[in-house]
Amino acid sequence: MNSLIPLLVAAPLAGAALLLLGGRALDRFGHWLATALAALSFGFGLALFSDMLGREAEHRAITKHLFSWIPVNGFQADISFRLDQLSMTFVLLITGVGTLIHLYSVGYMAHDERRRRFFAYLNLFLAAMLLLVVADNYLLLYFGWEGVGLASYLLIGFWQHKPSAATAAKKAFIVNRVGDMGLSIAIMLMFVEFGSFSFEPILGSAGTVGGAAQASEGKLTAIGLMLLLAACGKSAQVPLQSWLGDAMEGPTPVSALIHAATMVTAGVYLITRSSAIFDLAPDAQTAVVVVGAVTLLFGAIVGCAKDDIKKALAGSTMSQIGYMVLAAGLGPIGYAFAIMHLVTHGFFKAGLFLGAGSVMHGMNDEVDMRHYGGLRKHMPVTFVTFGLGYLAIIGFPGLSGFFSKDKIIEAAFAKGGTEGWILGLCALVGAAVTAFYMTRVMLLTFFGEKRWQPDADGNAPHPHESPKTMTIPMVLLAFGSVFAGGLFAYNGSFLTWLEPVTGHSEGDSPLAPLVVTLLTTACMLAGVAVSYLMYGRSAVPVVPPVGSPLTRAARRDLLQDDFNHAVLVRPGSALTAALVYFDSRGLDGFVNGLAATIGGISGRLRRVQNGFVRSYALSMFGGTLVLVATTLLMRSV
Amino acid sequence: MNPVNYLYLSALLFTIGAAGVLIRRNAIVLFMCVELMLNASNLALVTFSRLHGTLDGQIIAFFTMVVAAAEVVVGLAIIVSIFRTRHSASVDDSNLMKL
Repeated sequence: MNSLIPLLVAAPLAGAALLLLGGRALDRFGHWLATALAALSFGFGLALFSDMLGREAEHRAITKHLFSWIPVNGFQADISFRLDQLSMTFVLLITGVGTLIHLYSVGYMAHDERRRRFFAYLNLFLAAMLLLVVADNYLLLYFGWEGVGLASYLLIGFWQHKPSAATAAKKAFIVNRVGDMGLSIAIMLMFVEFGSFSFEPILGSAGTVGGAAQASEGKLTAIGLMLLLAACGKSAQVPLQSWLGDAMEGPTPVSALIHAATMVTAGVYLITRSSAIFDLAPDAQTAVVVVGAVTLLFGAIVGCAKDDIKKALAGSTMSQIGYMVLAAGLGPIGYAFAIMHLVTHGFFKAGLFLGAGSVMHGMNDEVDMRHYGGLRKHMPVTFVTFGLGYLAIIGFPGLSGFFSKDKIIEAAFAKGGTEGWILGLCALVGAAVTAFYMTRVMLLTFFGEKRWQPDADGNAPHPHESPKTMTIPMVLLAFGSVFAGGLFAYNGSFLTWLEPVTGHSEGDSPLAPLVVTLLTTACMLAGVAVSYLMYGRSAVPVVPPVGSPLTRAARRDLLQDDFNHAVLVRPGSALTAALVYFDSRGLDGFVNGLAATIGGISGRLRRVQNGFVRSYALSMFGGTLVLVATTLLMRSV
Repeated sequence: MNPVNYLYLSALLFTIGAAGVLIRRNAIVLFMCVELMLNASNLALVTFSRLHGTLDGQIIAFFTMVVAAAEVVVGLAIIVSIFRTRHSASVDDSNLMKL
């Protein structure tokens, strides 16, 4: 079975290569080829999964060494893969949700003339993400990590004729580079400290102790903080969150892919994978939970103010990933729940994004929710699937989000002490705000009176249900949104499944689980009620009201771009301008001045060579006179 | 007669020669001025030889004459060939290596 692991990555990679190199001949069926290869990869994943289930919990991790990549004395980087329970979870999520998004894109991108290229990039995205999660060492993980960055750049900027899309792609890429720098520094630190990049020598595995156990806490903290920086970049956590909202410029399936199955989950994977390092570096863990808590509130507040349906969902993603990072920062109390929320979030967030795409498809690509309204009768399938995703994300009892989010809030309280109370309350407030903004999205889009506006060409929208290729994935994802959480929580099955990799410990919670559950549900209901009073009872104005200062700030992503502009861009460009000035006036000025001086002197000297014999004779006489005079003077002295 | 007077004459002749070289344009005159300077220095050498009572100066004067004779041959040939091509003996006209 081990030899199937490389094929997981190879199938979508081959698809990307075929579609990019194949040319126009593949235009007619290329999208189906890409979808089939994604499905094939999912098939391999299922085969490996059933094989894994057949083994004892301690022997489930398998490795496959393919070849030696960079063999230098003392520096061994291999192309080798490792599939354990954690990677397996990701593989199934990535390939499963990824395949559904491929299928959806067949319908969504039907009229795009660059469809073949789009599917090639989608396949590349899957391949890079799969490589990231099945890599057996940090260097190969980094390779996949960069591949994800590249594919996201290509996909966000897919409609490159729009300047906003091109800018958004560059923004995503550059912000991600900052995080990537953190990962590369972390890898260098690990190599210096442990002399290896592979997971097993560093992190240890069942039965063996890794190098991390012997390293000093200071070094582990440094590595942990660098890993956190990397995670912040890919997972859009504060302070590297600014790219996520703009990434909505890409086609909607891309948003679904980035937000649900790939890309933003990479940071959570990295932190969970490196749990052995974080567990021994409490300071780094504190940084992780702070980042998670801040982001979950930040994203939630932004989500409340956005009128663009995709940007509201983007704020929600940021907030939900904040939950996962928070849980991952809690240590063994939270790792399993972080991944569990990641998987359930993968289902409902993909479903929500695909639903949003379906709405846009029916509304002439309108994204402003204030121009929707009353769509539930016109798009019943979208309404029901979106509605189930909505109930799942706000944590309606019995649906996926309820189980996973509730567990995270419980774990946050279980952290213990004042820290536990602060984190738990943050998470509770986040749950209430989540319910508020998601209810707002739901009410603005599907309920109320019609506020439809004609598009730029004056065509009034005629909302209609999307084609089968789009609705089938939405229905399947809705099933996941409803049942996945319950399935995972049943008998703690997900916990048992992941425990050999991440470990698990019950924290010391000051509140009984039932109390937390009731509190969470109460917060959720309060959020829904407030939202209903604001947007369900009264008519929604088509033109957004001015709003409070907080609303206005949140509409501008809590001034993140202004902050970046003032703190990073302006000083950066001032520094660049100063360096350019110094270079052109200082260094170039010195060199050019030297050249000009020598040139000027040469010009003067050139006049001496005038071609007249008599002037040469005069200079000879002059020279002779000087010589004679000097000789006489020297004699007399 | 005081031999030092010959030195004064030599200096006078040399100055006339040098001034001629610097002032005149005609190549032939220039040439004659150069000869004048050479002979002035010859006179000075011979005078010094007489003053010191040795033969060194006289021998050097012979060398100078030989060199001057050779120089006249080469120099006149050059002047004649320049005059043929440029129809002018002025040294200011021939300020370029090419024609």
